[in-house]
Amino acid sequence: MAYEEVVVGDAAIRAIDVGKRYKNNSANRPANEPVDKPALDGFSLAVEAGTVCGLLGPNGAGKTTAVRILATLLRPDAGRAYVAGADVLTEPRTVRYRIGLVGQNASVDEILSGRQNLVMFGKLYHLPTAAARGRADELLERFDLTDAADRSVGEYSGGMCRRLDLAVSLILSPPVLFLDEPTHGLDPRGRVEVWNSIRALVGSGTTVLLTTQYLEEADELADQIALLDGGRVVASGTPDELKALVGPDRVETVTRKPTLDEVFLRLTGRPAKHGAPTPEVTR
Amino acid sequence: MSATTLADTARDTATLTGRILRHWKRRPVSILLGLLFPVLIVLMFGYLFGGAMAVPDGHYLDFLIPGMLAMSMLFGLEAMVVAVTTDTAKGVTERIRAMPVTTTAILAGRSAADLLNAVVGITILIGTGVAVGWTAHRGLPPAVAAVGLLAWLRFAFTWIGSYLGLLLKTPESAVAVQVLVWPVGFLSSAFVSPDTMPGWLGAIGTWNPLSATATAIRGLFGNPNWNAHDWATSHAIALALGWPAVLTAIFLPLAARQYRSLTS
Repeated sequence: MAYEEVVVGDAAIRAIDVGKRYKNNSANRPANEPVDKPALDGFSLAVEAGTVCGLLGPNGAGKTTAVRILATLLRPDAGRAYVAGADVLTEPRTVRYRIGLVGQNASVDEILSGRQNLVMFGKLYHLPTAAARGRADELLERFDLTDAADRSVGEYSGGMCRRLDLAVSLILSPPVLFLDEPTHGLDPRGRVEVWNSIRALVGSGTTVLLTTQYLEEADELADQIALLDGGRVVASGTPDELKALVGPDRVETVTRKPTLDEVFLRLTGRPAKHGAPTPEVTR
Repeated sequence: MSATTLADTARDTATLTGRILRHWKRRPVSILLGLLFPVLIVLMFGYLFGGAMAVPDGHYLDFLIPGMLAMSMLFGLEAMVVAVTTDTAKGVTERIRAMPVTTTAILAGRSAADLLNAVVGITILIGTGVAVGWTAHRGLPPAVAAVGLLAWLRFAFTWIGSYLGLLLKTPESAVAVQVLVWPVGFLSSAFVSPDTMPGWLGAIGTWNPLSATATAIRGLFGNPNWNAHDWATSHAIALALGWPAVLTAIFLPLAARQYRSLTS
């Protein structure tokens, strides 16, 4: 189960022994991540190009910290990280042209319209104005936002906001996309909308790193899952491989595979989530 | 900075300034309220308190309008802090930080938009002044110079606004700025002469950067000044040029550092 086995040569995302400890008063510390111990400690990860990796872990495991470091938003205290062929620490500007980031909030301008957002962010990615406008039209069409294109984003539903957020992240068709709890706070319908959008991306060659508390979401979308606990990856593999680690549940019929919840519980000795809705009701 | 980065920075600044101008177009009421608030203050002070104010030579409104012009530069600060903290709260700051946009462009875009806002505000307030009988007695060139000094003061305040906005992070904490703007503004020669304040308060009031600009533009407009005899008053133009330079030298690097420290 040593993590090193998973390190591959052709990784689109690679983190090597990354460490991060927040200062006591750091306002950047995500609400659930620890102050007194490192948020990340020897975090290593390799995600093969064109695959979806689900980063899974309980609150405070360091998921958001890991994504923020890989997306050049946070400097690690230790280790190295490479994204889409560029060094996160020494070439952040290059990395920024090659990534898209969808955070826990829809990070779009709520006063502007969807179209204005896309054109503005297109220009900030240094597309010529005409190209930024054309790209905005394409993305509005693709994410089914054409009808709402000229309405203020403040009037959008949660799912529409998140789709716009995703569209903004895809303006440059980046080879690497970070999705940090992309369906956080969405109702079931919004979640399905966003899942469908993410599925449509997979297969077009984009490498996706997805963090989520909803294990069902990782099961749905990820090719590879890395379980994060205490700031490091404690297990990784395909969802089936991870489930095979634990084996079928003895109490029930052999046709049922263990859920990732159970995998997590077995490997870390703790439940994976606190307060998150549990979709598995068919026991 | 390479030539490409420099050209990108200039264009990004324009894009981010354009963003704020589009906000005005989409939310005209909030921007209008901000612009009309100083007008309300002028009418309140001019007509409700003005009768009780004895200015040595001239009418209180002649003293009040330049004071209010300076004060309205300070009012811009809270709008700036609210705007910056809102961007942080909504994740817009974070998105832009994950994009190839320089710190300079982000800070300069806001400042440029805020300066445009200030110019509109100055125009409205001068229009109000003319409507209530205020006049600039020394002609157009000194009056233009006065507007230049006001914009220069606001330019300095934009960096304070960016710094405080990045420091405070939540729109709720921006309320503190909203409240503190008042004592800072009143502890100046904007509304009354610092001579009428208790000694040490009056000294602070006299040396307040706001007083320097208020006193300097009163001179340029040919409007009465109350206390014409101390050093700060007789060197008001030098101070009105110097103070904003000092504030910019302090708060521009602080704002840039605060922005970059978001990665720590």
